[in-house]
Amino acid sequence: MENHNEPIYLYPVWIRLWHVLNAVLCLLLIITGLSIQFSNPTITVRFNVAVAIHNVAGVLLSFNYILFFIGNLFTKNGGYYVIEVKGFFKRLMIQFHHYTIGVFKKEPAPFPVTAESKFNPLQQFSYVAVMYTIIPLAIISGLGLLYPDLTVNGLIGISGLDYTDLLHLFCGFIITIFMCVHLYFCTFGKTAFSNFKSIFNGYH
Amino acid sequence: MIYRANIRPAWVVLFLLLLFAVAFALVKGTDSSSSGKKVKPVAKNKIVNLEQFPVNEKCLRCHGQSKYTFENAESKKISYKRMYSELIIDRNEFYISNHKGFKCTDCHSEDYLTFPHPGNLRMEAKANCIDCHGGDEKYAKFQFEKIDSNFMTSVHSQKHSEEFTCWMCHNPHTYRINARTNENLQETVAYDNLICLNCHGDVTKYELLTNKQQPNILQKHDWLPNQATHFINVRCIECHARNKDTLLIAHEIMPKNMAVKKCESCHAKNSILYASLFKYQVKENIKKQGLFKGLFLSETSTIGPDQNNTLNIISIVLFSLTILAILIHAVIRIQKSH
Repeated sequence: MENHNEPIYLYPVWIRLWHVLNAVLCLLLIITGLSIQFSNPTITVRFNVAVAIHNVAGVLLSFNYILFFIGNLFTKNGGYYVIEVKGFFKRLMIQFHHYTIGVFKKEPAPFPVTAESKFNPLQQFSYVAVMYTIIPLAIISGLGLLYPDLTVNGLIGISGLDYTDLLHLFCGFIITIFMCVHLYFCTFGKTAFSNFKSIFNGYH
Repeated sequence: MIYRANIRPAWVVLFLLLLFAVAFALVKGTDSSSSGKKVKPVAKNKIVNLEQFPVNEKCLRCHGQSKYTFENAESKKISYKRMYSELIIDRNEFYISNHKGFKCTDCHSEDYLTFPHPGNLRMEAKANCIDCHGGDEKYAKFQFEKIDSNFMTSVHSQKHSEEFTCWMCHNPHTYRINARTNENLQETVAYDNLICLNCHGDVTKYELLTNKQQPNILQKHDWLPNQATHFINVRCIECHARNKDTLLIAHEIMPKNMAVKKCESCHAKNSILYASLFKYQVKENIKKQGLFKGLFLSETSTIGPDQNNTLNIISIVLFSLTILAILIHAVIRIQKSH
Protein backbone atom coordinates (compact mmCIF):
# COMPACT_ATOMS: atom_id res chain seq x y z
CA MET A 1 0.00 0.00 0.00
CA GLU A 2 2.94 2.24 0.64
CA ASN A 3 4.96 2.51 -2.58
CA HIS A 4 3.71 4.32 -5.57
CA ASN A 5 4.58 7.62 -7.13
CA GLU A 6 1.76 8.55 -9.51
CA PRO A 7 -1.59 9.00 -7.81
CA ILE A 8 -4.03 6.32 -9.00
CA TYR A 9 -7.74 7.06 -9.18
CA LEU A 10 -9.02 4.07 -7.22
CA TYR A 11 -12.22 5.17 -5.59
CA PRO A 12 -14.91 6.41 -7.98
CA VAL A 13 -17.65 8.65 -6.58
CA TRP A 14 -20.17 5.87 -6.03
CA ILE A 15 -17.66 3.84 -4.01
CA ARG A 16 -16.82 6.84 -1.87
CA LEU A 17 -20.47 7.65 -1.24
CA TRP A 18 -21.23 4.02 -0.47
CA HIS A 19 -18.21 3.81 1.84
CA VAL A 20 -18.96 6.90 3.90
CA LEU A 21 -22.62 5.91 4.30
CA ASN A 22 -21.59 2.37 5.20
CA ALA A 23 -19.13 3.63 7.81
CA VAL A 24 -21.62 6.01 9.46
CA LEU A 25 -24.40 3.41 9.48
CA CYS A 26 -22.11 0.68 10.86
CA LEU A 27 -21.02 2.99 13.65
CA LEU A 28 -24.63 3.85 14.48
CA LEU A 29 -25.60 0.19 14.38
CA ILE A 30 -22.75 -0.82 16.69
CA ILE A 31 -23.56 1.88 19.26
CA THR A 32 -27.31 1.24 19.22
CA GLY A 33 -26.80 -2.52 19.00
CA LEU A 34 -24.69 -2.48 22.16
CA SER A 35 -27.34 -0.29 23.79
CA ILE A 36 -30.03 -2.84 23.00
CA GLN A 37 -27.93 -5.81 24.02
CA PHE A 38 -26.68 -4.33 27.29
CA SER A 39 -29.72 -2.11 27.78
CA ASN A 40 -29.06 0.07 30.76
CA PRO A 41 -30.72 3.46 30.72
CA THR A 42 -27.96 5.14 32.70
CA ILE A 43 -25.00 4.37 30.44
CA THR A 44 -26.37 3.37 27.04
CA VAL A 45 -28.66 5.03 24.51
CA ARG A 46 -32.24 4.89 25.76
CA PHE A 47 -33.79 1.59 24.71
CA ASN A 48 -36.68 2.86 22.58
CA VAL A 49 -34.45 5.43 20.85
CA ALA A 50 -31.77 2.79 20.26
CA VAL A 51 -34.30 0.34 18.77
CA ALA A 52 -35.73 2.97 16.38
CA ILE A 53 -32.28 4.13 15.22
CA HIS A 54 -31.03 0.56 14.89
CA ASN A 55 -34.04 -0.47 12.78
CA VAL A 56 -33.86 2.51 10.44
CA ALA A 57 -30.06 2.35 10.13
CA GLY A 58 -30.26 -1.40 9.46
CA VAL A 59 -32.70 -0.91 6.60
CA LEU A 60 -30.61 1.93 5.13
CA LEU A 61 -27.50 -0.24 5.38
CA SER A 62 -29.33 -3.01 3.52
CA PHE A 63 -30.20 -0.67 0.66
CA ASN A 64 -26.64 0.63 0.68
CA TYR A 65 -25.40 -2.95 0.50
CA ILE A 66 -27.57 -3.59 -2.55
CA LEU A 67 -25.86 -0.58 -4.20
CA PHE A 68 -22.45 -2.08 -3.37
CA PHE A 69 -23.53 -5.54 -4.50
CA ILE A 70 -24.91 -4.43 -7.87
CA GLY A 71 -22.02 -2.01 -8.37
CA ASN A 72 -19.53 -4.83 -7.84
CA LEU A 73 -21.44 -7.16 -10.14
CA PHE A 74 -21.24 -4.81 -13.09
CA THR A 75 -18.22 -2.53 -12.62
CA LYS A 76 -14.48 -2.97 -12.53
CA ASN A 77 -14.54 -2.60 -8.75
CA GLY A 78 -15.95 -6.12 -8.34
CA GLY A 79 -12.75 -7.51 -9.84
CA TYR A 80 -10.73 -6.43 -6.82
CA TYR A 81 -12.70 -8.91 -4.74
CA VAL A 82 -11.89 -11.89 -6.94
CA ILE A 83 -9.44 -14.13 -5.11
CA GLU A 84 -6.86 -15.97 -7.16
CA VAL A 85 -6.85 -19.30 -5.39
CA LYS A 86 -3.42 -20.56 -6.44
CA GLY A 87 -0.79 -19.48 -3.96
CA PHE A 88 -3.27 -17.38 -2.03
CA PHE A 89 -2.32 -18.85 1.35
CA LYS A 90 1.36 -18.21 0.66
CA ARG A 91 0.61 -14.61 -0.29
CA LEU A 92 -1.47 -14.25 2.86
CA MET A 93 1.50 -15.38 4.91
CA ILE A 94 3.84 -12.98 3.13
CA GLN A 95 1.49 -10.11 3.92
CA PHE A 96 1.10 -11.35 7.51
CA HIS A 97 4.87 -11.47 7.86
CA HIS A 98 5.08 -7.91 6.54
CA TYR A 99 2.55 -6.61 9.06
CA THR A 100 4.09 -8.44 12.00
CA ILE A 101 7.81 -8.06 11.24
CA GLY A 102 8.57 -6.32 7.94
CA VAL A 103 6.75 -3.13 8.76
CA PHE A 104 8.99 -2.58 11.79
CA LYS A 105 12.10 -3.00 9.61
CA LYS A 106 10.68 -0.49 7.12
CA GLU A 107 10.60 -3.13 4.40
CA PRO A 108 8.58 -2.14 1.31
CA ALA A 109 5.03 -3.50 1.07
CA PRO A 110 5.08 -6.92 -0.67
CA PHE A 111 1.88 -6.15 -2.59
CA PRO A 112 1.84 -2.45 -3.40
CA VAL A 113 -1.40 -0.86 -4.59
CA THR A 114 -1.82 -0.80 -8.36
CA ALA A 115 -4.73 0.02 -10.64
CA GLU A 116 -5.18 -3.75 -11.15
CA SER A 117 -4.87 -4.78 -7.54
CA LYS A 118 -6.31 -2.42 -4.95
CA PHE A 119 -6.09 -4.79 -1.98
CA ASN A 120 -3.24 -6.78 -0.48
CA PRO A 121 -4.09 -10.48 0.17
CA LEU A 122 -5.05 -9.94 3.80
CA GLN A 123 -7.30 -7.03 2.86
CA GLN A 124 -8.81 -9.06 0.06
CA PHE A 125 -9.55 -11.97 2.36
CA SER A 126 -11.03 -9.86 5.16
CA TYR A 127 -13.06 -7.64 2.79
CA VAL A 128 -14.52 -10.65 0.97
CA ALA A 129 -15.30 -12.33 4.29
CA VAL A 130 -16.98 -9.27 5.75
CA MET A 131 -18.72 -7.90 2.65
CA TYR A 132 -19.83 -11.21 1.15
CA THR A 133 -20.48 -13.31 4.25
CA ILE A 134 -20.82 -11.36 7.46
CA ILE A 135 -22.77 -8.32 6.21
CA PRO A 136 -25.30 -10.42 4.22
CA LEU A 137 -25.79 -12.68 7.26
CA ALA A 138 -26.22 -9.62 9.48
CA ILE A 139 -28.82 -8.24 7.07
CA ILE A 140 -30.73 -11.52 6.79
CA SER A 141 -30.70 -12.18 10.54
CA GLY A 142 -31.57 -8.53 11.18
CA LEU A 143 -34.55 -8.88 8.87
CA GLY A 144 -35.57 -11.98 10.83
CA LEU A 145 -35.45 -10.04 14.11
CA LEU A 146 -37.28 -7.08 12.61
CA TYR A 147 -40.05 -9.27 11.34
CA PRO A 148 -39.89 -12.44 13.48
CA ASP A 149 -42.57 -14.26 11.50
CA LEU A 150 -39.91 -14.79 8.86
CA THR A 151 -37.82 -16.93 11.20
CA VAL A 152 -38.33 -20.65 11.58
CA ASN A 153 -40.42 -21.56 14.59
CA GLY A 154 -37.94 -23.68 16.44
CA LEU A 155 -35.34 -26.38 16.40
CA ILE A 156 -34.55 -28.87 19.18
CA GLY A 157 -36.64 -26.94 21.65
CA ILE A 158 -34.97 -23.59 21.12
CA SER A 159 -36.80 -20.82 19.35
CA GLY A 160 -35.66 -19.94 15.84
CA LEU A 161 -35.54 -16.38 17.08
CA ASP A 162 -32.74 -17.34 19.46
CA TYR A 163 -30.59 -18.76 16.67
CA THR A 164 -31.30 -15.69 14.56
CA ASP A 165 -30.41 -13.39 17.41
CA LEU A 166 -27.20 -15.25 18.16
CA LEU A 167 -26.19 -15.11 14.50
CA HIS A 168 -26.98 -11.40 14.36
CA LEU A 169 -24.87 -10.76 17.44
CA PHE A 170 -22.01 -12.83 16.08
CA CYS A 171 -22.06 -10.79 12.87
CA GLY A 172 -22.25 -7.55 14.86
CA PHE A 173 -19.27 -8.62 16.92
CA ILE A 174 -17.16 -9.51 13.86
CA ILE A 175 -18.09 -6.21 12.18
CA THR A 176 -17.06 -4.31 15.33
CA ILE A 177 -13.69 -6.05 15.43
CA PHE A 178 -13.31 -5.52 11.67
CA MET A 179 -13.97 -1.80 11.99
CA CYS A 180 -11.32 -1.37 14.68
CA VAL A 181 -8.70 -3.31 12.75
CA HIS A 182 -9.71 -1.64 9.46
CA LEU A 183 -9.31 1.82 10.97
CA TYR A 184 -5.87 0.92 12.33
CA PHE A 185 -4.63 -0.53 9.07
CA CYS A 186 -5.75 2.62 7.31
CA THR A 187 -2.89 4.38 9.08
CA PHE A 188 -0.41 2.28 7.04
CA GLY A 189 -0.37 4.74 4.13
CA LYS A 190 2.43 7.09 3.13
CA THR A 191 1.54 9.07 6.19
CA ALA A 192 -0.84 8.06 8.94
CA PHE A 193 -3.63 10.07 7.31
CA SER A 194 -2.96 9.65 3.59
CA ASN A 195 -5.33 6.68 3.22
CA PHE A 196 -8.10 8.57 4.98
CA LYS A 197 -7.56 11.39 2.49
CA SER A 198 -7.74 8.90 -0.40
CA ILE A 199 -11.18 7.66 0.50
CA PHE A 200 -12.40 11.25 0.35
CA ASN A 201 -10.65 12.49 -2.82
CA GLY A 202 -10.54 9.15 -4.69
CA TYR A 203 -6.80 9.19 -5.44
CA HIS A 204 -4.38 6.78 -3.87
CA MET B 1 -1.85 -23.79 -15.53
CA ILE B 2 -3.53 -21.02 -13.59
CA TYR B 3 -6.17 -21.96 -11.02
CA ARG B 4 -8.10 -18.77 -11.07
CA ALA B 5 -11.50 -18.82 -9.39
CA ASN B 6 -12.67 -16.28 -11.81
CA ILE B 7 -16.05 -15.89 -10.19
CA ARG B 8 -16.96 -12.67 -8.50
CA PRO B 9 -17.98 -13.29 -4.86
CA ALA B 10 -21.19 -11.41 -5.59
CA TRP B 11 -22.35 -14.25 -7.83
CA VAL B 12 -21.44 -16.81 -5.17
CA VAL B 13 -23.51 -14.88 -2.62
CA LEU B 14 -26.43 -14.69 -5.06
CA PHE B 15 -26.26 -18.46 -5.51
CA LEU B 16 -26.06 -19.03 -1.74
CA LEU B 17 -29.01 -16.71 -1.20
CA LEU B 18 -31.04 -18.73 -3.65
CA LEU B 19 -30.03 -21.92 -1.86
CA PHE B 20 -30.92 -20.35 1.47
CA ALA B 21 -34.33 -19.27 0.18
CA VAL B 22 -35.11 -22.81 -1.01
CA ALA B 23 -33.97 -24.34 2.30
CA PHE B 24 -35.94 -21.76 4.23
CA ALA B 25 -39.09 -22.45 2.24
CA LEU B 26 -38.69 -26.18 2.94
CA VAL B 27 -38.10 -25.76 6.70
CA LYS B 28 -40.87 -23.19 7.03
CA GLY B 29 -43.24 -25.50 5.18
CA THR B 30 -42.72 -28.28 7.73
CA ASP B 31 -42.89 -25.97 10.75
CA SER B 32 -45.38 -26.78 13.43
CA SER B 33 -47.28 -23.54 13.38
CA SER B 34 -48.68 -22.01 16.49
CA SER B 35 -51.52 -24.02 17.95
CA GLY B 36 -55.00 -22.58 17.97
CA LYS B 37 -55.57 -23.13 21.65
CA LYS B 38 -57.89 -20.62 23.17
CA VAL B 39 -56.90 -18.84 26.33
CA LYS B 40 -59.13 -19.71 29.24
CA PRO B 41 -60.88 -16.56 30.42
CA VAL B 42 -59.97 -15.54 33.92
CA ALA B 43 -62.67 -15.77 36.53
CA LYS B 44 -64.14 -12.56 37.88
CA ASN B 45 -62.95 -11.56 41.30
CA LYS B 46 -65.38 -12.78 43.89
CA ILE B 47 -66.90 -10.11 46.05
CA VAL B 48 -67.59 -11.23 49.59
CA ASN B 49 -71.13 -10.68 50.78
CA LEU B 50 -71.40 -7.83 53.19
CA GLU B 51 -72.22 -9.00 56.66
CA GLN B 52 -73.78 -6.96 59.32
CA PHE B 53 -71.91 -6.40 62.51
CA PRO B 54 -74.25 -4.45 64.77
CA VAL B 55 -71.62 -4.10 67.45
CA ASN B 56 -69.41 -2.06 65.11
CA GLU B 57 -72.30 0.12 64.00
CA LYS B 58 -72.00 2.03 67.21
CA CYS B 59 -68.65 3.34 65.93
CA LEU B 60 -69.50 3.41 62.24
CA ARG B 61 -72.61 5.49 62.83
CA CYS B 62 -70.13 8.38 63.08
CA HIS B 63 -66.94 7.00 61.60
CA GLY B 64 -68.70 5.44 58.64
CA GLN B 65 -69.69 8.72 57.04
CA SER B 66 -68.48 12.20 56.31
CA LYS B 67 -70.61 13.91 58.99
CA TYR B 68 -71.87 12.91 62.40
CA THR B 69 -74.52 14.17 64.78
CA PHE B 70 -74.68 14.33 68.54
CA GLU B 71 -76.76 15.97 71.13
CA ASN B 72 -75.04 18.81 72.96
CA ALA B 73 -75.31 17.83 76.63
CA GLU B 74 -75.62 21.45 77.76
CA SER B 75 -77.77 23.10 75.11
CA LYS B 76 -79.66 19.89 74.32
CA LYS B 77 -79.39 20.84 70.64
CA ILE B 78 -78.48 18.41 67.86
CA SER B 79 -75.11 19.32 66.35
CA TYR B 80 -73.75 18.34 62.94
CA LYS B 81 -69.98 18.03 62.49
CA ARG B 82 -67.72 16.93 59.68
CA MET B 83 -65.73 13.76 60.21
CA TYR B 84 -62.04 14.08 59.26
CA SER B 85 -61.43 12.02 56.18
CA GLU B 86 -58.59 10.09 57.86
CA LEU B 87 -61.04 8.89 60.51
CA ILE B 88 -63.71 7.65 58.12
CA ILE B 89 -63.97 3.86 57.78
CA ASP B 90 -65.58 2.63 54.57
CA ARG B 91 -67.99 -0.15 55.58
CA ASN B 92 -67.85 -1.81 52.16
CA GLU B 93 -64.07 -1.92 52.23
CA PHE B 94 -63.89 -3.00 55.84
CA TYR B 95 -66.31 -5.88 55.47
CA ILE B 96 -64.35 -7.43 52.63
CA SER B 97 -60.99 -6.82 54.32
CA ASN B 98 -58.96 -9.43 56.18
CA HIS B 99 -60.02 -7.98 59.50
CA LYS B 100 -63.72 -7.98 58.72
CA GLY B 101 -64.48 -10.34 61.60
CA PHE B 102 -63.10 -8.01 64.25
CA LYS B 103 -64.91 -5.71 66.58
CA CYS B 104 -63.49 -2.18 66.62
CA THR B 105 -62.70 -2.62 70.30
CA ASP B 106 -60.62 -5.70 69.63
CA CYS B 107 -57.86 -3.34 68.51
CA HIS B 108 -58.98 0.00 69.94
CA SER B 109 -59.62 0.81 73.59
CA GLU B 110 -63.10 0.15 75.00
CA ASP B 111 -62.97 3.69 76.32
CA TYR B 112 -63.87 4.80 72.81
CA LEU B 113 -67.36 3.58 73.50
CA THR B 114 -67.97 6.76 75.51
CA PHE B 115 -68.62 10.08 73.79
CA PRO B 116 -66.96 12.51 73.71
CA HIS B 117 -63.93 10.23 73.57
CA PRO B 118 -61.43 10.81 76.40
CA GLY B 119 -58.53 12.99 75.18
CA ASN B 120 -55.80 10.64 76.41
CA LEU B 121 -56.94 8.02 73.86
CA ARG B 122 -55.12 10.02 71.18
CA MET B 123 -51.90 8.68 72.68
CA GLU B 124 -53.10 5.09 72.47
CA ALA B 125 -50.38 2.78 71.14
CA LYS B 126 -51.51 0.98 68.00
CA ALA B 127 -50.75 -2.68 67.47
CA ASN B 128 -48.60 -3.75 64.52
CA CYS B 129 -49.08 -6.88 62.41
CA ILE B 130 -46.46 -8.78 64.34
CA ASP B 131 -48.13 -7.94 67.69
CA CYS B 132 -51.09 -10.16 66.81
CA HIS B 133 -49.73 -12.42 64.09
CA GLY B 134 -46.20 -13.02 65.38
CA GLY B 135 -45.44 -16.46 66.78
CA ASP B 136 -48.89 -17.75 65.87
CA GLU B 137 -48.96 -21.21 64.31
CA LYS B 138 -52.21 -20.39 62.54
CA TYR B 139 -50.55 -17.60 60.61
CA ALA B 140 -47.15 -19.28 60.17
CA LYS B 141 -47.73 -19.75 56.44
CA PHE B 142 -47.88 -16.00 55.99
CA GLN B 143 -44.33 -15.69 57.38
CA PHE B 144 -45.00 -12.53 59.39
CA GLU B 145 -41.65 -12.79 61.20
CA LYS B 146 -39.74 -12.98 57.92
CA ILE B 147 -41.77 -10.13 56.52
CA ASP B 148 -40.96 -8.07 59.60
CA SER B 149 -37.20 -8.69 59.39
CA ASN B 150 -37.36 -8.03 55.63
CA PHE B 151 -39.15 -4.76 56.21
CA MET B 152 -36.61 -3.72 58.85
CA THR B 153 -33.89 -3.72 56.17
CA SER B 154 -35.99 -1.78 53.66
CA VAL B 155 -35.50 1.91 52.89
CA HIS B 156 -38.90 2.59 54.37
CA SER B 157 -37.74 1.35 57.73
CA GLN B 158 -34.13 2.54 57.52
CA LYS B 159 -34.76 6.04 56.20
CA HIS B 160 -37.77 6.89 58.33
CA SER B 161 -38.53 6.91 62.03
CA GLU B 162 -40.41 4.22 63.90
CA GLU B 163 -43.52 6.05 62.81
CA PHE B 164 -43.25 4.12 59.55
CA THR B 165 -45.21 1.05 60.47
CA CYS B 166 -46.99 -1.71 58.56
CA TRP B 167 -50.07 0.51 58.47
CA MET B 168 -48.36 3.01 56.18
CA CYS B 169 -48.89 0.54 53.36
CA HIS B 170 -51.43 -1.92 54.70
CA ASN B 171 -54.46 -0.08 56.01
CA PRO B 172 -55.83 -2.44 58.70
CA HIS B 173 -59.38 -1.34 57.89
CA THR B 174 -59.20 -2.14 54.20
CA TYR B 175 -56.27 -4.49 53.60
CA ARG B 176 -57.12 -7.83 52.07
CA ILE B 177 -55.08 -10.64 50.67
CA ASN B 178 -55.22 -10.19 46.98
CA ALA B 179 -52.41 -11.89 45.08
CA ARG B 180 -53.25 -15.33 46.52
CA THR B 181 -56.96 -15.20 45.88
CA ASN B 182 -57.53 -13.03 42.83
CA GLU B 183 -57.21 -14.70 39.45
CA ASN B 184 -57.32 -11.42 37.59
CA LEU B 185 -53.68 -10.43 37.44
CA GLN B 186 -54.26 -6.85 36.40
CA GLU B 187 -56.61 -6.25 39.34
CA THR B 188 -53.96 -7.58 41.67
CA VAL B 189 -51.33 -5.36 40.09
CA ALA B 190 -53.59 -2.31 40.35
CA TYR B 191 -54.46 -3.11 43.97
CA ASP B 192 -50.84 -3.56 44.99
CA ASN B 193 -49.59 -0.51 43.09
CA LEU B 194 -52.26 1.65 44.68
CA ILE B 195 -50.64 0.84 48.02
CA CYS B 196 -47.44 2.53 46.81
CA LEU B 197 -49.26 5.36 45.06
CA ASN B 198 -51.14 6.20 48.25
CA CYS B 199 -48.00 8.06 49.32
CA HIS B 200 -45.89 8.23 46.16
CA GLY B 201 -48.79 9.62 44.18
CA ASP B 202 -50.22 11.86 46.89
CA VAL B 203 -48.13 14.85 47.87
CA THR B 204 -49.93 15.46 51.18
CA LYS B 205 -49.19 11.96 52.45
CA TYR B 206 -45.67 12.00 51.02
CA GLU B 207 -44.87 15.23 52.82
CA LEU B 208 -45.92 13.71 56.12
CA LEU B 209 -42.84 11.50 55.97
CA THR B 210 -40.17 13.59 54.29
CA ASN B 211 -39.17 17.14 53.48
CA LYS B 212 -38.00 16.10 50.02
CA GLN B 213 -39.92 17.28 47.00
CA GLN B 214 -42.11 14.52 45.68
CA PRO B 215 -40.71 13.14 42.42
CA ASN B 216 -43.03 12.85 39.44
CA ILE B 217 -43.43 9.11 38.95
CA LEU B 218 -44.20 9.35 35.24
CA GLN B 219 -41.14 11.51 34.59
CA LYS B 220 -38.89 9.33 36.74
CA HIS B 221 -39.94 6.32 34.69
CA ASP B 222 -39.86 7.97 31.27
CA TRP B 223 -36.84 5.84 30.30
CA LEU B 224 -39.04 2.76 30.61
CA PRO B 225 -40.23 1.46 27.21
CA ASN B 226 -43.97 0.85 26.97
CA GLN B 227 -44.41 2.67 30.25
CA ALA B 228 -48.20 2.39 30.44
CA THR B 229 -48.13 -1.36 29.72
CA HIS B 230 -45.52 -1.90 32.42
CA PHE B 231 -47.53 0.11 34.95
CA ILE B 232 -50.67 -1.89 34.20
CA ASN B 233 -49.01 -5.31 34.24
CA VAL B 234 -46.12 -5.09 36.66
CA ARG B 235 -46.19 -4.33 40.35
CA CYS B 236 -43.88 -1.58 41.64
CA ILE B 237 -42.33 -4.07 44.06
CA GLU B 238 -41.16 -6.38 41.25
CA CYS B 239 -38.44 -3.86 40.42
CA HIS B 240 -38.17 -1.90 43.65
CA ALA B 241 -38.06 -4.69 46.24
CA ARG B 242 -35.40 -7.33 46.66
CA ASN B 243 -36.90 -10.64 45.65
CA LYS B 244 -35.98 -13.62 47.77
CA ASP B 245 -37.10 -17.09 46.93
CA THR B 246 -37.83 -17.75 50.59
CA LEU B 247 -40.50 -15.09 50.79
CA LEU B 248 -43.51 -14.88 48.51
CA ILE B 249 -44.06 -11.14 48.80
CA ALA B 250 -40.89 -9.07 48.88
CA HIS B 251 -40.96 -6.45 51.63
CA GLU B 252 -37.40 -5.17 51.39
CA ILE B 253 -37.94 -2.03 49.36
CA MET B 254 -34.54 -1.05 47.99
CA PRO B 255 -33.03 2.42 47.47
CA LYS B 256 -33.98 3.80 44.06
CA ASN B 257 -30.49 3.28 42.62
CA MET B 258 -30.81 -0.45 43.24
CA ALA B 259 -34.11 -0.85 41.41
CA VAL B 260 -34.19 -3.26 38.48
CA LYS B 261 -33.47 -1.30 35.33
CA LYS B 262 -32.24 -3.94 32.94
CA CYS B 263 -34.84 -5.29 30.57
CA GLU B 264 -33.27 -8.73 30.39
CA SER B 265 -33.71 -9.24 34.13
CA CYS B 266 -37.33 -10.05 33.37
CA HIS B 267 -37.51 -10.54 29.65
CA ALA B 268 -34.90 -13.19 29.07
CA LYS B 269 -35.78 -15.90 31.54
CA ASN B 270 -37.92 -17.98 29.24
CA SER B 271 -36.90 -17.40 25.70
CA ILE B 272 -39.54 -19.70 24.22
CA LEU B 273 -42.29 -17.72 25.91
CA TYR B 274 -40.52 -14.51 25.07
CA ALA B 275 -40.11 -15.43 21.43
CA SER B 276 -43.82 -16.13 21.07
CA LEU B 277 -44.71 -12.91 22.87
CA PHE B 278 -42.27 -11.01 20.67
CA LYS B 279 -43.81 -12.33 17.48
CA TYR B 280 -47.25 -11.45 18.79
CA GLN B 281 -46.09 -7.99 19.79
CA VAL B 282 -44.66 -7.19 16.37
CA LYS B 283 -47.89 -8.29 14.66
CA GLU B 284 -49.91 -6.16 17.06
CA ASN B 285 -47.64 -3.16 16.48
CA ILE B 286 -48.17 -3.40 12.72
CA LYS B 287 -51.91 -3.85 13.17
CA LYS B 288 -52.20 -0.83 15.43
CA GLN B 289 -49.58 1.54 14.04
CA GLY B 290 -49.24 0.57 10.40
CA LEU B 291 -46.32 -1.09 8.67
CA PHE B 292 -43.70 1.66 8.90
CA LYS B 293 -44.30 2.87 12.45
CA GLY B 294 -45.19 -0.56 13.75
CA LEU B 295 -42.16 -2.27 12.30
CA PHE B 296 -39.39 0.30 12.47
CA LEU B 297 -40.28 2.76 15.16
CA SER B 298 -41.98 0.58 17.73
CA GLU B 299 -40.13 -0.11 20.93
CA THR B 300 -40.19 -3.84 20.43
CA SER B 301 -36.92 -5.66 20.18
CA THR B 302 -35.39 -8.78 21.56
CA ILE B 303 -33.27 -8.17 24.58
CA GLY B 304 -30.68 -10.80 24.01
CA PRO B 305 -32.32 -14.11 24.82
CA ASP B 306 -28.66 -15.02 24.66
CA GLN B 307 -27.89 -12.81 27.64
CA ASN B 308 -25.43 -15.44 28.45
CA ASN B 309 -22.69 -14.19 30.70
CA THR B 310 -20.10 -16.57 29.31
CA LEU B 311 -20.67 -15.27 25.79
CA ASN B 312 -20.56 -11.69 27.03
CA ILE B 313 -17.26 -12.31 28.80
CA ILE B 314 -15.75 -14.10 25.79
CA SER B 315 -16.75 -11.25 23.47
CA ILE B 316 -15.40 -8.59 25.82
CA VAL B 317 -12.11 -10.50 26.25
CA LEU B 318 -11.70 -10.99 22.48
CA PHE B 319 -12.47 -7.33 21.81
CA SER B 320 -10.03 -6.21 24.51
CA LEU B 321 -7.30 -8.46 23.10
CA THR B 322 -7.84 -6.98 19.64
CA ILE B 323 -7.52 -3.43 20.96
CA LEU B 324 -4.46 -4.43 23.01
CA ALA B 325 -2.79 -6.01 19.95
CA ILE B 326 -3.49 -2.86 17.93
CA LEU B 327 -2.06 -0.65 20.66
CA ILE B 328 1.10 -2.75 21.06
CA HIS B 329 1.60 -2.80 17.28
CA ALA B 330 1.07 0.96 17.06
CA VAL B 331 3.48 1.69 19.90
CA ILE B 332 6.26 -0.46 18.37
CA ARG B 333 5.63 1.16 14.97
CA ILE B 334 5.94 4.64 16.43
CA GLN B 335 9.11 3.71 18.35
CA LYS B 336 10.73 2.16 15.25
CA SER B 337 9.85 5.13 13.08
CA HIS B 338 11.82 7.44 15.38
